[in-house]
Amino acid sequence: MRIVLRGAGVAGLVAATCLAEAGREVVVVDPAGVPTRSGASHLAGGMLAPWCEAEAAGAVLVERAAGAIDWWAAHVPGVVRAGTLVVASSRDVPDLARFAARTSGHERVDAEAIAELEPALAGRFTQGLFFPGEAHLDPRRALDALAGALRRHGVACLEAEPAPLPGDRRLDCRGTAATDALAGLRGIRGEMVMLSSREVALSRPVRLLHPRIPLYVVPRGDGRFMVGATMLEGGRAGPMTLRSAVELMNAAYALHPAFAEAEMLELGAGLRPGFDDNLPALIRDAAGVWHANGAFRHGFLLGPWLGAQAVSALD
Amino acid sequence: MGFSLYGVELASRLLLGTAQYPSPAVLADAVRASSAGVVTVSVRRETGGAASGQQRFFALLGELGVRVLPNTAGCHSAREAIATAQMAREIFETDWIKLEVIGEADTLHPDPFGLVEAARELTADGFRVLPYCTEDLVTAAHLRDAGCEVLMPWGAPIGTGRGLNNVYGLRALRAHHPDIPLIVDAGIGLPSHAAAAMELGFDGILLNTAVAGAGDPVAMARAMALAIEAGRAGFEAGPVPMRDMAAPSTPVLGTPFQ
Repeated sequence: MRIVLRGAGVAGLVAATCLAEAGREVVVVDPAGVPTRSGASHLAGGMLAPWCEAEAAGAVLVERAAGAIDWWAAHVPGVVRAGTLVVASSRDVPDLARFAARTSGHERVDAEAIAELEPALAGRFTQGLFFPGEAHLDPRRALDALAGALRRHGVACLEAEPAPLPGDRRLDCRGTAATDALAGLRGIRGEMVMLSSREVALSRPVRLLHPRIPLYVVPRGDGRFMVGATMLEGGRAGPMTLRSAVELMNAAYALHPAFAEAEMLELGAGLRPGFDDNLPALIRDAAGVWHANGAFRHGFLLGPWLGAQAVSALD
Repeated sequence: MGFSLYGVELASRLLLGTAQYPSPAVLADAVRASSAGVVTVSVRRETGGAASGQQRFFALLGELGVRVLPNTAGCHSAREAIATAQMAREIFETDWIKLEVIGEADTLHPDPFGLVEAARELTADGFRVLPYCTEDLVTAAHLRDAGCEVLMPWGAPIGTGRGLNNVYGLRALRAHHPDIPLIVDAGIGLPSHAAAAMELGFDGILLNTAVAGAGDPVAMARAMALAIEAGRAGFEAGPVPMRDMAAPSTPVLGTPFQ
């Protein structure tokens, strides 16, 4: 029996890969192309950071993310295992203690250790946390690689729905586009900036603690950096606001003043899909359609977990 | 004695902010544990100017059966705050507004001039204004002249968790305005801070970070509710005055006049 999978973002492509590897016949459908160039996956940070993310999401995230870094390293090129560095400005140092108390898998670093990890940040921060077990990837390249591998293995990647066959099973991975079908799903707005700078070099994602926004700068190689990301409830779509742009750019500037001369390559805004508990789930709706959705900030981190759930559910 | 704001009776003296929780599910559990009857929502900072009040996040607040008090957090002028209040009225279909006009970036100190100006215009436009202010007596008098029937002085700057920075000032504010509800808004970090404010005779507490940022937000929500109830009960019970020398509760034999 064929599985018609809708949605070629990270949830869909990882699920399709897991299903194909389990010997299932899968067809991937997305009107925006495979992989899609719109939606949350396209704007993702690409941090594989279970220990940092557990600060808000709790230990369940670390459990479900087990094996995620290895999964990505086995499936796509460009997974960098260099950890995550967390720093705070001097006025926000109490937040660093709070972050440390809420997370595990880190070591405290002083000015000297920070300079050793990231020479560009030498002399700029006196205290931080280093999470050596974390990794990052470039989401767009990773999704290209997954889609390429699916095609090479004969998985049909379509922009239009195929003619239905008897016994078709359906798996919906469309993120916030599925809000109408899933009453508990909501969109959490996120905004990001892509910068290009030859003056700053970073080896790993750097998080700058901020009272409201989980701010981070992720190096993407070739002097490109992704700065993210806001978190706004209410489901508003549309372009980035000036306030968000200013806050994200200020964060990059606070991390390193040379970012002031960076070129702005892209301002992106989109909606992450989330359930009430901000954890992904595999759900069967009244029409018998399975949904792999609600990955929130963790599409790449929890994609492999969600894919494994889909394989069991659609057995 | 009951607690009412603009004629609306409220069972709980705790008003809870909705920002910075780990998830909406935790927020909902915290609201339930706190028994808060009012929750504040930042139109700008949390929703980015929400397009639809029907969205899941708001539906969830609706399911809690609480009254939504939209706020103008992030506004730095009377104009901005007025525009945000008008947007909030459309989204949440309420004429209540927690008015915030920030005057200084490091302390988020309210701008008294912008606050009074915005309060006057919004009241004239039919809003019920709950201004986030300081314990300053002159500003308080102007806010009342502008039509505010509730005042919400800070305990300490937003998010600092420092408690009541100026107990003398808060006591004076209470003494000067015995006839309207006064709510300590911002700066509460511990249940004891909330209890202390209630013991001073304040009518309620509005807080957010102390619960949302706690290791267990739901447990802290309950702790705050208990502290507020205890503080209020203590105030109503008529506390004994403080004195310098020991006052033995039973006479000490042979020293009747010492």
